[in-house]
Amino acid sequence: MTLLSADMPLLPLFILLTSLLASPVLFALPESAARLRTGINLGMAALKVALVAWLSWKVSQGVIYDLSFTMLPGLEFKLQADPLAILFIALSAILWLITTVYSVGYLERGPHRARFFGFFSLCVAATVGIAMAGNLFTFLIFYELLTLATYPLVIHRGSAEALRAGRIYLIYTLVGGLVLLLGTLGLWVLAGTTDFVPGGVLGAVANDQRLAAQLLFVVLVGALGVKAALVPFHAWLPIAMVAPAPVSALLHAVAVVKAGAFGIMRVVYEVFGIETAQVLGLTAPLAALAAVTILYGSLRAITQDDIKKRLAYSTVSQVSYITLGVALASPIAAVGALAHLIHQGLMKITMFMAAGNLAEGLGVKKVSAMDGVGRAMPGTMLAFSLAALAMIGLPPLAGFVSKWYLAQGALDAGAAWVIALLLGSSLLNAVYFLPMLHRAWFRDGSDTPETPGRPRIGWWLAGPPITTALLVLVVGSFANAPFSPLEWTRFVVSIEYLE
Amino acid sequence: MTLDPLTLVVFAPLFGAMAAFVAPRAAAAIGLATMALTGAAVAWLATEVHAAGAVRTPLGGWEPPLGIALRADGLSVAMLVLTTGVGLLVSLGALDSFKGTANARLQQYFWPLWLLLLTGMNGVYLSTDIFNLYVMIEVIALAAVGLTVLSGTRAALRAGLEYMYASILGALLFLLGVGFVYLQIGQLDFAGLIGAEPSAAMSTALALMVVGLLLKTALFPLHFWLPSAHANATAPASALLSGLVVKAALYIFLRLTTYMPLPDEILVALIGALGAGAVLWGGVQALRAERLKMLVAWSTVVQIGLIFIAFARAGQVGLTESWKAAALLILAHGAAKAAMFLSAGRIKDEIGHDIIRDLDRTPVRPTLAQFTFALAAISLIGLPPSLGFIGKWSLMEGAMAAGYWHWVAVTMVGTLMSVGYFSRVMAGFLRFDRVRAPVAEHQGWALADLPPLVLALGAIGLGLAAAPILSFIELGYPFGMTP
Repeated sequence: MTLLSADMPLLPLFILLTSLLASPVLFALPESAARLRTGINLGMAALKVALVAWLSWKVSQGVIYDLSFTMLPGLEFKLQADPLAILFIALSAILWLITTVYSVGYLERGPHRARFFGFFSLCVAATVGIAMAGNLFTFLIFYELLTLATYPLVIHRGSAEALRAGRIYLIYTLVGGLVLLLGTLGLWVLAGTTDFVPGGVLGAVANDQRLAAQLLFVVLVGALGVKAALVPFHAWLPIAMVAPAPVSALLHAVAVVKAGAFGIMRVVYEVFGIETAQVLGLTAPLAALAAVTILYGSLRAITQDDIKKRLAYSTVSQVSYITLGVALASPIAAVGALAHLIHQGLMKITMFMAAGNLAEGLGVKKVSAMDGVGRAMPGTMLAFSLAALAMIGLPPLAGFVSKWYLAQGALDAGAAWVIALLLGSSLLNAVYFLPMLHRAWFRDGSDTPETPGRPRIGWWLAGPPITTALLVLVVGSFANAPFSPLEWTRFVVSIEYLE
Repeated sequence: MTLDPLTLVVFAPLFGAMAAFVAPRAAAAIGLATMALTGAAVAWLATEVHAAGAVRTPLGGWEPPLGIALRADGLSVAMLVLTTGVGLLVSLGALDSFKGTANARLQQYFWPLWLLLLTGMNGVYLSTDIFNLYVMIEVIALAAVGLTVLSGTRAALRAGLEYMYASILGALLFLLGVGFVYLQIGQLDFAGLIGAEPSAAMSTALALMVVGLLLKTALFPLHFWLPSAHANATAPASALLSGLVVKAALYIFLRLTTYMPLPDEILVALIGALGAGAVLWGGVQALRAERLKMLVAWSTVVQIGLIFIAFARAGQVGLTESWKAAALLILAHGAAKAAMFLSAGRIKDEIGHDIIRDLDRTPVRPTLAQFTFALAAISLIGLPPSLGFIGKWSLMEGAMAAGYWHWVAVTMVGTLMSVGYFSRVMAGFLRFDRVRAPVAEHQGWALADLPPLVLALGAIGLGLAAAPILSFIELGYPFGMTP
């Protein structure tokens, strides 16, 4: 790969600023300025997608973007657009645009919209910052910003239940953030740098101070595991589903849990380096933890009657596929893990938006009340069904592709037990998703009372899940096309496993 | 006598205070003009220090030990910038909050007292001898007690009286120490202190002065006077008292312990332990506080403790570096706490009370002031990228590198507690299900919300400028033993 200098070196900063600068403007707009707000929201989101597309093109051509300035002696605030960052930015930019459309439809008549969209923008800015952080110190800054920006979204309804959920969310994530601060400091003291470098920076330290390095790994992965909802730090996620549907969609697909999973990736690949992590004997326990989380989340999902809770436990399970793929320490599994970062986002956002539509359009919030909803809302439920089948792993949908690579990677790494795990997990996915589909399509809903006078949901609500469902189909079917998530993932893995 | 910035920085506010006292009708105008002049002088001084490292002038041409010299280095200029910057914004906030005829008396006394306070603080930051320091802390005490009782409520009067006793006792102890030093070495300037032979008398002098200063800066367990004094003053006075005044004694402490080193490792650890006590005890009290301003005042006790932990973070050997972490926390707290007290005052003005439990029962939501409060809390908790975060980072980094894990642990516990007490307030801002009446949008926005907002944004944004700040405070080697 030839290194080219960037002709527009500030591009990453501009991408960050699209949402960061939109936020104060949105805060200051009066509630009644709905059109202007929608215009700013969609305009900025579209601008960001365009900028990210440009950035991706440049990075694929081998251009290196790297901006930094010194915050403390030796310690830099650093943004860099490497291929791994692009993967996450692209996901967040596209899904932000779609979720913004959905949020406008979902909330435009509700209270506190100025506040909502202000924090919403801030949340996306934090996600982009997490993606582009060039060292753990910068990552920490945006990681904390993400916590602060999502808290008001989680408690948006302002009810006692929402506040309770918010408090639990805040306790988990801020304690996690504090532990991450400790880990970052530890890394700084041990290695003298917090930079993300393919191959890691702790090789020498791991030889001299094995125990300290192991401890650091536990601290960092534990801290990130809170947001990634690894068992036993997952409890906040099902509780936080009290948030409005677009927030849940974003939380589960892009922002919070993905920030944790993405952080684990950075730590394993670029702080420790996969070889060092293996030498320290840390990848196997991490894989085991991920496996436990996968099974536990699926098992708990089966018994949930609340749709959003079932989806939340499913997220606990699905996000750990990413951690599992990282921990297997095989390049092929890594491809699966990275692809799943994108695929899971698309699938889960579809399902949460569909669940929001059921609640908005039909007042259906429980699985047991889903009888016949397919006929009442065919578009939404088709999207939901497609995403559910993809989650289960039906070819040629997106979920199949990631599971396929994970399974191959497991064979490559000599961990045959993972095949059994994947099969078992797929079976469990089927156990909790298929009854929902069965109710929706094959049961008669005549005995569920229709709520009269409820407005039909418009295209603002129906369009986004259908769009993402189509994406689920496309990225699965055309997984080998250039610029597909899978192809980009191969590009990333070729860099991370270069050493 | 030629005009030089050092003299101007001290004497401009002094003459301003006199003028504002003599002409009460024009007090506000005189006050703002004085602030502008002082600000310009500080800026002038800052450029000189930036160019030369340290600037020094003997008043009236008399050199110490006979005369008094003023000296500015990076650290003192940083303190001056904090004082005038925060002071100017608080003054602008005060203009609005003292509007109306009912507040004429407040207006009349606020300006002379505040300018006198500014004189004292600027004097502290430029002094080079301990007797001059004593005079300045008495000036500060006089003005600060006046500001405390300005609101005229019974609670404020009682708190002010307590504050005055504490202040007088602290100054008296300091003066005793000064006397010991004079008897021992016959000199009072810093150069004399550095050259002094260690002796029992000098150690006693140091002990007396340090205890006096700890009382004035309200380090646990000598903090008893602070919460009620700061909570019962009017909001601009609280902002000045909490954000700036306690820092003067802290600054003297940092200087003195450099020129007259603490003789023992144990003493450094003891100072840190008192800081830890402040963090824990203040945290518990803030968690239990019923009123918003009381909670904010207890948070000052916590932050003072944190600054002393930063001082002690790496033991005696680490002192040559640790003062920087302490200085960063001092600057961060100055801006953030002033912002928080002003916004708490705004919230109280709009809602009509500051009972934390009932913040969610009112349909009145001054959202801009609440937002400012939240921003200030971010810096005080120490979340990135605020200056408070940078300070806390430096504290923990130094402690970790030196293997003093207990300071790391205390800081983390303190951080968690601060999340706890500030989120009590924030939850009240964001909860709506206990309000019957409709909640209007963008209500209670006023010009008076701007100064605290600027301060809070400053506390957060300055974190990004931590590297230049750090290199600036090292100018002239404040702790390089060459005063």
